[in-house]
Amino acid sequence: MFNFRRLILILVPYGWLFLLFLVPFGIVLKISLSDAALSIPPYTPKFDLSAGWSAFWAAFSDFDFENFIWLTEDNLYWKAYLSSVWIALVSVILTLLVGYPIAYGMSRVSEEWRPTLLMLVILPFWTSFLIRVYAWIGILGSQGYLNQLLLWIGLIDEPLVILNTNLAVYIGIVYTYLPFMVLPIYATLEKLDNDLLEAAEDLGCSRFQAFWLVTIPLSKPGIIAGCFLVFIPVVGEFVIPSLLGGSKTLMIGKVLWDEFFSNRDWPVASAVAVVLLLILIIPIILFQRQQQKQQEAER
Amino acid sequence: MRSRFSWFNATSLTFGFAFLYLPILMLIIYSFNKSKLVTVWAGFSTKWYGELFQNEAFLDAAIVTLKVGVISSTLATILGTMAAYVLVRSGRFMGRTLFSGMIYAPLVVPDVIVGLSLLLLFISLGMDRGITTIVLAHATFSMCYVSVVVSSRLVSFDQSLEEAALDLGCTPFDAFRSVTLPIIAPSVISGWLLAFTLSLDDLVIASFTSGPSATTLPMKIFSQVRLGLSPEINALSTIMIAVVTMGVVSSSLISKRATVRRKRQEQEALKQG
Repeated sequence: MFNFRRLILILVPYGWLFLLFLVPFGIVLKISLSDAALSIPPYTPKFDLSAGWSAFWAAFSDFDFENFIWLTEDNLYWKAYLSSVWIALVSVILTLLVGYPIAYGMSRVSEEWRPTLLMLVILPFWTSFLIRVYAWIGILGSQGYLNQLLLWIGLIDEPLVILNTNLAVYIGIVYTYLPFMVLPIYATLEKLDNDLLEAAEDLGCSRFQAFWLVTIPLSKPGIIAGCFLVFIPVVGEFVIPSLLGGSKTLMIGKVLWDEFFSNRDWPVASAVAVVLLLILIIPIILFQRQQQKQQEAER
Repeated sequence: MRSRFSWFNATSLTFGFAFLYLPILMLIIYSFNKSKLVTVWAGFSTKWYGELFQNEAFLDAAIVTLKVGVISSTLATILGTMAAYVLVRSGRFMGRTLFSGMIYAPLVVPDVIVGLSLLLLFISLGMDRGITTIVLAHATFSMCYVSVVVSSRLVSFDQSLEEAALDLGCTPFDAFRSVTLPIIAPSVISGWLLAFTLSLDDLVIASFTSGPSATTLPMKIFSQVRLGLSPEINALSTIMIAVVTMGVVSSSLISKRATVRRKRQEQEALKQG
């Protein structure tokens, strides 16, 4: 009786994820290997299980990497992959530069204030992502608040073009992903023993040296976790480049979306997804390893 | 030396929080703008809120979003709690590595891929796309978040309590209901809230998995925002921000009060002991 219940307990979530997470990936892989056709759904299925094994093998020999070859031949795709990775890398550095001082400041505030500040960092995370990106359209536009302010001060004579450029994309990414950087860094800094810094200063370090030689190395796990937490989702980002970016902003998430919704080329969209996943698997595994090491170190 | 708070810290916090909150503040202020031009102030007015409530497309989308949110997060909470229990308590079974992989993968796989793959599944199953398919999609990725939240609580609690209940003659199910569930309840509730917010927030997966019959609020907002600024969107954003802020602030106050009370009880118990 007990084992029967245990079986059900395992099977329900397992089966759910298997059907709605793993099987769909299989389908994406399958479609990425088939040819486009103009019917709906716009692909010719490569195999039909009802026809039995012989048909399966016949279809299998028919599989080709046409769509993947297409990805390497058309400049658009590999440029989009490279540019997504590049934008993600630059964003990670920018977010770190903005986020570290905030996390550091939070960890230095008296203890009674920390929960409030922590809540203030998390709060934007709970409000809609879309709305937070939208807010920047009003700020960065040619008639936006930033240009109005700069013109009013007299710093510039004509409006700056920021919206629909890569700069706007960077600003949007730093803004929306900031909590992902601040929280893990804050978590390591908060545990930092003040005595270590005092010891360093007693031994003749300047404040800056103590920061550089003690605080930074000890907060490294938080920095690494924050960088992964920003890098991985940004590579596949869609909303920010499509709302804040311009025609020159090339990101693979947007390419995939357009390939699917505008060009209706499902096989190519699927191939784009497969390659994107292959690119992300390396940082995902590295991140997983780092988290495990961290957990073991804490035990 | 005790306090290491300096001017540098004060400035970085001020600028940091200004950066986080000024954009939202501007959005809220200009939702009360009389002019149709969002960035040009022309006096105070609440007319955009009035127009928002006249706009049936928005109201319909809001209803769809709430329906999807409530159903999918409830499903996700049940499935996610089960998954967490399996991961933490069930020991070894066949395919455990695959299972934990499937729990963590949706947290890091880009939305566009999850959306595309689910859509292709629904099409090959011949399902009509609409509220049901969005619910299935949202429940799938949110259950992973729920299981992470719940399993972190399950790991930290004393398993001997469950064993005691079993020794005293409870069935495993009774032990779960009367011992485990009350202890993990706060994390189950926060898991539900997280799932609900994720569902409310999702644009990409919903766009892939919905059909012409169902438009969620983020989809509606996105299609409007693509055309540029709109005072109605500002008003809608303000309402959404207000609701979320009230929810987060009140739940954190409640949990803070609970912690204070528990600490006081522990201290009193120690004194008596």
